[in-house]
Amino acid sequence: MTDKPVIIDSSTDARFGHLSVQNVSKVYDPLGAHVEALDDCSLEIPAGEFIAVVGPSGCGKSTLLNILAGFDNLTAGQVLIDGEKLATIDHPPRPGSDRVVVFQNGALFPWKTVLQNVVYGLVVQNRFPESEANEMGMELLARSGNLDRIAGSYPSQLSSGMQRRVEILRALINNPRILLLDEPFRAMDTVSKTTMHRYLLEIYDQYHKTVFFITHDLDEAIFLADTVVVMTTRPGTIKLRLDVDLPRPRTRETMLSQRFLELKQQAVSAVHEEAKKAFERGERELA
Amino acid sequence: MSAGSESRPLPSRPSRWRHLNWRGAVSVITFFVLWHLAVVLEFAGFAELPTPVQTMSIFVTEYLTSIDYWNSWLVSFERVFYGFIIAQLLGIPLGLLFGTSPRFRNMFFPVFELLRPIPPLAWVPISILFWPTNESSIVFITFIGAFFVIVINVYDGVGNIQKEHMWLARSLGASRMAIFRRIMLPSVIPSIAVGMTLGIAITWNVVIAAEMIASDSGLGRLTWEGYVSSTPEVVLIGMISIGLAGYLSSITVDMIERRMMPWQEKS
Repeated sequence: MTDKPVIIDSSTDARFGHLSVQNVSKVYDPLGAHVEALDDCSLEIPAGEFIAVVGPSGCGKSTLLNILAGFDNLTAGQVLIDGEKLATIDHPPRPGSDRVVVFQNGALFPWKTVLQNVVYGLVVQNRFPESEANEMGMELLARSGNLDRIAGSYPSQLSSGMQRRVEILRALINNPRILLLDEPFRAMDTVSKTTMHRYLLEIYDQYHKTVFFITHDLDEAIFLADTVVVMTTRPGTIKLRLDVDLPRPRTRETMLSQRFLELKQQAVSAVHEEAKKAFERGERELA
Repeated sequence: MSAGSESRPLPSRPSRWRHLNWRGAVSVITFFVLWHLAVVLEFAGFAELPTPVQTMSIFVTEYLTSIDYWNSWLVSFERVFYGFIIAQLLGIPLGLLFGTSPRFRNMFFPVFELLRPIPPLAWVPISILFWPTNESSIVFITFIGAFFVIVINVYDGVGNIQKEHMWLARSLGASRMAIFRRIMLPSVIPSIAVGMTLGIAITWNVVIAAEMIASDSGLGRLTWEGYVSSTPEVVLIGMISIGLAGYLSSITVDMIERRMMPWQEKS
């Protein structure tokens, strides 16, 4: 019992998770419709940094995330993680447990209990015997807001906020280098969203994983992140990189501070410019 | 309290008896009362029919203790059972193959789609010619009734698997085999259940008709003999028996489905 492996060790993690996106482009259907989703995207994310990506719908945010996660390939450029090649043109990306995604609509396996969902990665990779994996799962659940009391519930019995928490833990237990979150709180009301922000920041403070967080919500982006990246409308490139120098831990007062509003102002004008372009193009394409 | 307070406890299974559906009982009784009145008041078409009381008395005196009668139940149930089980055993893998292998689908799905619209009863003549015994041909026709609906449902279920689930499983390190066993199979269980529900209803439809055409036993035959021998009481006894048998089968299938999907909350 005493030599139980500690898989999530926050002290060593800061060294891992340096993500380097270099001149990445993505063209869908190059011979036919030729849709440019990403165009020459470059982005450096230091290990342990929380980065939020905002931009108009269809700007390629999710495409970028899918490339990072290994669900989609790229057509130019390369992605490195801690200096290792994650995706190049010659080496199509592969999904891995060092980069687990939390999806917008939630993707817990409905036929598994909370605990079975959380430990799925450990069990399926045969990294630990099931009993040991379960023990670690229970410990992580207990440590993260006493979720061990819902370990035996099925996802359909949980609120969407709880489901998302469990999903974050399912990613976290694999000790990933980077957490990929694709608008995880989009469909939530303001109150649950605030609760989730607090929860996510607690986790972030505890484990210091690199976080790649996609959202539409500027307040959310600035409140959570160290860096906010605004993407242009399609084909997506990086329009603005905003360093959020607000002190941590962040509280409700943070959102009312002068600095917060200044940052928001900068981001808003950039986002609106792009949203307007996207809208006008939409009208042109309809005409 | 945080958002954590929103988790709900597992619903306790309500006792069947404490929440007895008395409205259902009332409606069944009303049905028999109306039937009785319709015969007694000689509504159009009801002149030839017995009252429920007459039917019941014939049932009690001549059928309740008759081995032949209960044998009809047994025979029909057997045919439904074998047809249904074989349809599951062959239909689920075929549906999975259609859903997962484009090559296989391209090759065989057109044939499947050509055969699917042929009603099970249209298979009766060829089935009698093909199969060595009468019994096997009826089981085959029953099988045909359930087979196509099961395949289509499983095939559809594979198409509806959430791509996020597949992606995540790969992210989390699942092998192809693990994805098949632990993600795809559980994902299609709800579709298999739909196929079972529809399949069991169709097998009863088909077995009764097949028995009337091509058998000398079973509940369908019993009903038909009642007509041929001009004893409408027997026709009605046969029909009610078929109704009960189908209902019992549906309840059984429903129970199996709940076992298959413990994660689904049913009201």
